Amino acid sequence: MSTFDVSTRQEDEQFADNRAPRHRSSRIWLGVFAASTIVCILALSALMYNVINGAFGLAAIEDSLDRATLAVDGVSIEEQSADQLQAVLREHVRPAMVRRLETERPFAERSREQLLGVVLETVVQPRAERTWPLDDSLLRRRAIEAEHAADFPGTRLEFVSWLSPSFVSRPQSGVAENAGVRTALLGSLWTIAITVLFAFPFGLGAAVYLEEYADHRRRINRVIQTNINNLAGVPSIIYGMLGLAIFVRAFEPFTSGAFMSAGDATTANGRTILSAGLTLALLVLPLIIINSQEAIRAVPSSLRQASFGLGATRWQTIWNHVLPAALPGILTGTILSISRAIGETAPLVVIGASTAIFVDPSGPFSKFTTLPIQVYQWTSRPQDEFRNIAAAAILVLLILLLTLNATAVVLRNRFSVRY
Amino acid sequence: MSVIMASPEDAQAAPLAIGAALRRRWRPAEAAIEVGMFAAATVSIMTTVGIVYVLSREALLFFVDDRVSLIEFFGTTQWQPSIGFFGIWPLVSATFMTTAIAMLVALPLGLSVAIYLSEYASARMRGLLKPLLEVLAGVPTVVYGYFALTFMTPILRSIFGADVVEIYNTASAGIVIGILVIPLVASMSEDALHAVPNSLRQAAVGLGATKLETSVKVVVPAALSGIAAAFIVAISRAMGETMVVAIAAGARPHLTANPFVAAETMTGHIVRISGGDLSYATIDYESIFAIGLVLFVLTLGLNVISGRIVARFREVYE
Repeated sequence: MSTFDVSTRQEDEQFADNRAPRHRSSRIWLGVFAASTIVCILALSALMYNVINGAFGLAAIEDSLDRATLAVDGVSIEEQSADQLQAVLREHVRPAMVRRLETERPFAERSREQLLGVVLETVVQPRAERTWPLDDSLLRRRAIEAEHAADFPGTRLEFVSWLSPSFVSRPQSGVAENAGVRTALLGSLWTIAITVLFAFPFGLGAAVYLEEYADHRRRINRVIQTNINNLAGVPSIIYGMLGLAIFVRAFEPFTSGAFMSAGDATTANGRTILSAGLTLALLVLPLIIINSQEAIRAVPSSLRQASFGLGATRWQTIWNHVLPAALPGILTGTILSISRAIGETAPLVVIGASTAIFVDPSGPFSKFTTLPIQVYQWTSRPQDEFRNIAAAAILVLLILLLTLNATAVVLRNRFSVRY
Repeated sequence: MSVIMASPEDAQAAPLAIGAALRRRWRPAEAAIEVGMFAAATVSIMTTVGIVYVLSREALLFFVDDRVSLIEFFGTTQWQPSIGFFGIWPLVSATFMTTAIAMLVALPLGLSVAIYLSEYASARMRGLLKPLLEVLAGVPTVVYGYFALTFMTPILRSIFGADVVEIYNTASAGIVIGILVIPLVASMSEDALHAVPNSLRQAAVGLGATKLETSVKVVVPAALSGIAAAFIVAISRAMGETMVVAIAAGARPHLTANPFVAAETMTGHIVRISGGDLSYATIDYESIFAIGLVLFVLTLGLNVISGRIVARFREVYE
């Protein structure tokens, strides 16, 4: 560390006072370091700004059927009663479509708001001709109004919130204005349930083995530990290829549910929620193991020694003392790993998540789509309105992740014990 | 749990057979649990074996095919599976390009943030900034893809001109991947800087060094192995990044040094090919495993090197 040339010679001509420039460069570099940090904050802000900007804004909307014609005795369609809305539906929608809607849920059981939603979706069919982002909508409203009047005659200029309760509760659709994320959200939740079911017990077991049982002088245990650390660095897409070759292709009779004649084995081809969940389980396993190991390591050995001293066996010590003490840490680590799995896209695209899924997944042997895949698909479309719903879907995804992470923080703060 | 609870009978019998009672008893349940835990730990080994087996097997099938050879794979520069050209270099070069751009962004910024957090920031500031980095690290990569396409690309196009910058380009993807790995570089480097003992800083300041001189000439060199490891892990992460390039870098394998035109990377190609309904045992199916094997070897190599650096050059203080 002999980095300083502190001259011990007392030759005055060599002893120039250079403190001023040194302190100046010190200040300048402090500015550089602080600026880099600010750049990071700006990047995060830009990311959020960009998403919100896409999820709301003005749109030039054209109805395929003028809603004024649906008014009865001067009462506009928005203000009609449930019975009147039912009549409108039966009048304007093809009988086959009415039957399909009725089997989904009888009209009589639907509320007025829900019926209005169906009427707008199937009868009025609003289509966005052009959409504007939120910042332009707020700051350049005049210019947009002028542009709208000139270029899009016959359309209404309306402020649209692409993220809305009905966006969350509607199923997937090929038309952006009718599309929702319910199918994808359910797919994500199913997949994550399978992932937790497999990854948590195996991850915890492995962590307990490595911390409490393994003799690290033995080669096999060192190999396991190194291997876990390396697996954590393998790109997620490689796990997707593993899942494709093993779960989707080799274990197809199992993952498509054919072995117990569940699910529609003929169409799913093993590209099911079960395959996806297992693939993600392998992906997050190293993370869960590493996090759980850290939590277990933080339990002081005095606790174990006291337990052994009272005659408890190794498993009794682990089950009654080590695990309860480490549990908050383990749960926090697991939740963080799981939120990584929820956002994971590439491996699921590789194992062949279907994108055109319009019915809710019904079990582990269903075909599926997930939120991030939906975001990817919609972002890849060139039309404006798909970018808008992609932004809205991102917000749903981020809210889901934020909820999970907040849970993890609360768990950590509330239950963690300091030794 | 109640298996070994001492019953009254045991207690009475104890004086008679004291030698036998004190010997460690054979407990089948305990042994079974240990075996179970060991089995759970071996799942990770099986995962590695599975990855290596799957990638090698399909890659081997790819190379024994008459239409491809190892020489063509590594020796030619055109990748067009539909007309039988299988030279991997366009994909590799695009991967290297996005990775290089990402590193130009992430390494200086990440290290600066780490130095700021570890050496300059107050405890309160650190408490504010570290969760922020965690948020940045926790955002799904597909969101960064959206960000690259709808934010970074328009910015690049307005700076350099729409006729220069294509809608899909490696520069935009690379910059955003850089932003994505900043938290990784920053937190790993910060850990390394934090581990440097305070006595070193105090000695430097005591000799009259300024804050900057202490940080850059004493603390950073002392933490160099950790920082180098962080850099290498960041490179490996950037290479394996998929969604950003799949969304923003374009779908055309293209050997080019121009960062403003579309060029498909290895990961982007794998995602695009497998995104359609891929039939097994076709040359397309096998080709993505060959690409995957190259990617796996590259990233694993980098991770192993990083681990070695940490193990070998770590300065242990006290």
